[in-house]
Amino acid sequence: MSIPQLLVHDHEDNVGVVVVENLGAGTDMLCVVTADNSDFRLTAKADIPIGHKVALKPLKAGDTVIKYGEDIGKMVGDAEVGGHVHVHNCKTKRW
Amino acid sequence: MALDFSNMTVKAWRRENGRVGVRNHVLILPVDDISNAACEAVANNVKGTLAIPHAYGRLQFGEDLELHFRTMIGTGANPNVAAVVVIGIEPEWTQVIVDGIAKTGKPVTGFSIEQKGDFETIRQASWKAKEYVHWSTELQKEDCPLSDLWVSTKCGESDTTTGLSSCPTVGNMYDKLLPHGLYGCFGETSEITGAEHICEKRAANPETAAKFRKIWQAYQDDVIEAYKTSDLSDSQPTKGNILGGLTTIEEKALGNLEKIGRTSTYIDAVGPAESPEKGPGLYFMDSSSAAAECVTLMAAGGFVIHTFPTGQGNVVGNPIVPVIKISGNPRTLRTMSEHIDVDVTGVLTREMTIDEAGDSLIDMIVRTANGRATAAEALGHREFSMTKLYRSA
Repeated sequence: MSIPQLLVHDHEDNVGVVVVENLGAGTDMLCVVTADNSDFRLTAKADIPIGHKVALKPLKAGDTVIKYGEDIGKMVGDAEVGGHVHVHNCKTKRW
Repeated sequence: MALDFSNMTVKAWRRENGRVGVRNHVLILPVDDISNAACEAVANNVKGTLAIPHAYGRLQFGEDLELHFRTMIGTGANPNVAAVVVIGIEPEWTQVIVDGIAKTGKPVTGFSIEQKGDFETIRQASWKAKEYVHWSTELQKEDCPLSDLWVSTKCGESDTTTGLSSCPTVGNMYDKLLPHGLYGCFGETSEITGAEHICEKRAANPETAAKFRKIWQAYQDDVIEAYKTSDLSDSQPTKGNILGGLTTIEEKALGNLEKIGRTSTYIDAVGPAESPEKGPGLYFMDSSSAAAECVTLMAAGGFVIHTFPTGQGNVVGNPIVPVIKISGNPRTLRTMSEHIDVDVTGVLTREMTIDEAGDSLIDMIVRTANGRATAAEALGHREFSMTKLYRSA
């Protein structure tokens, strides 16, 4: 298998993590779900730094963000599939 | 072929109380901040000794004073320490620490400065320190079971790669070694926030779960609610965490908890710098999430090797405990590899499984126990940071 650009913890997750440096918009990413090593492809819609999250589904403000199969917070803005999810559009539900 | 961990051994020092140490320090331990200068002078006079200056120890009271004594005594009592010279401004608190360390059976002598001054104290303490250096350097290592080690963990400068690679590497190590009798320890009370409900479920029994919940709730009530000015967004996640892609405290906490593996459960929840008292197994320690403070507390609890996953590149070390750094972030390995002992970037490229990463960490624990200097030791990182609970009198 070639080296993936995106890793996803669980099948329930709606975000994945960029694991390569210098990922550019338009990259056709190989994405691997670490739970069972299954893979799929997705096009990045922005330049996204290593470690940052990518939406796997269209996410709207108010949606719950799922990672590790768990609730990690809520969207406070929208993200298209392949778009960047971070502090500009996602926030904890704690405070 | 799967490694057999049940009969693996390391060459290490068996101390008077039966515990196993992987380093052989002669410590020059200040009781208080104003004794730092005398301790550093002794350490300068006598090579092969180590002074660990710190900021506290005067006019503390109540639970805060108890934590101070526990941290000082626990540091001196740690099996990585062969012998201790204790120096304080006055004799009574000095003797409290000497008596606490002496329970291990190791050589320890106290000196106090009042009525003598620095010069005379340094002279007397230097003779004793030199005696301890000669004695300790003739102590021989022996074969000790790997499972006699006490191995703690705390991650730092986390990012999303820690939850994918370096933290589950530590978890895999615990899942493999705890069943053979290892003592393990995790903590970081504030960084469990967001996954406290999951952490609670990983307790071995309802009493331990309740004890964890009480510690976690006390932190929320007594620290966060009492002192917050807005919310914790400016410090949790940290700016470094956010640069690394972590967005929320829940996401950070879930990655953090990967360090306790898939099958391990913790058998007790202990206070800061407290020693485990329920036999071999995994312990939760109420502790700060600041790297140096947390490692200092776990070292004082008796842990002799620390495993430290990092994403963005935390550089922390400890004076008496080797801190093994593990990272899976390729940018960190590219830009600051001098700080990393175990490279698990292969987990992200899918060229290395978590099982293989866990084995490589166990191999590094064995090599470190046998004497390999960690990156932090080679680079002189000796951060010793006491946790203080409230203002002094």
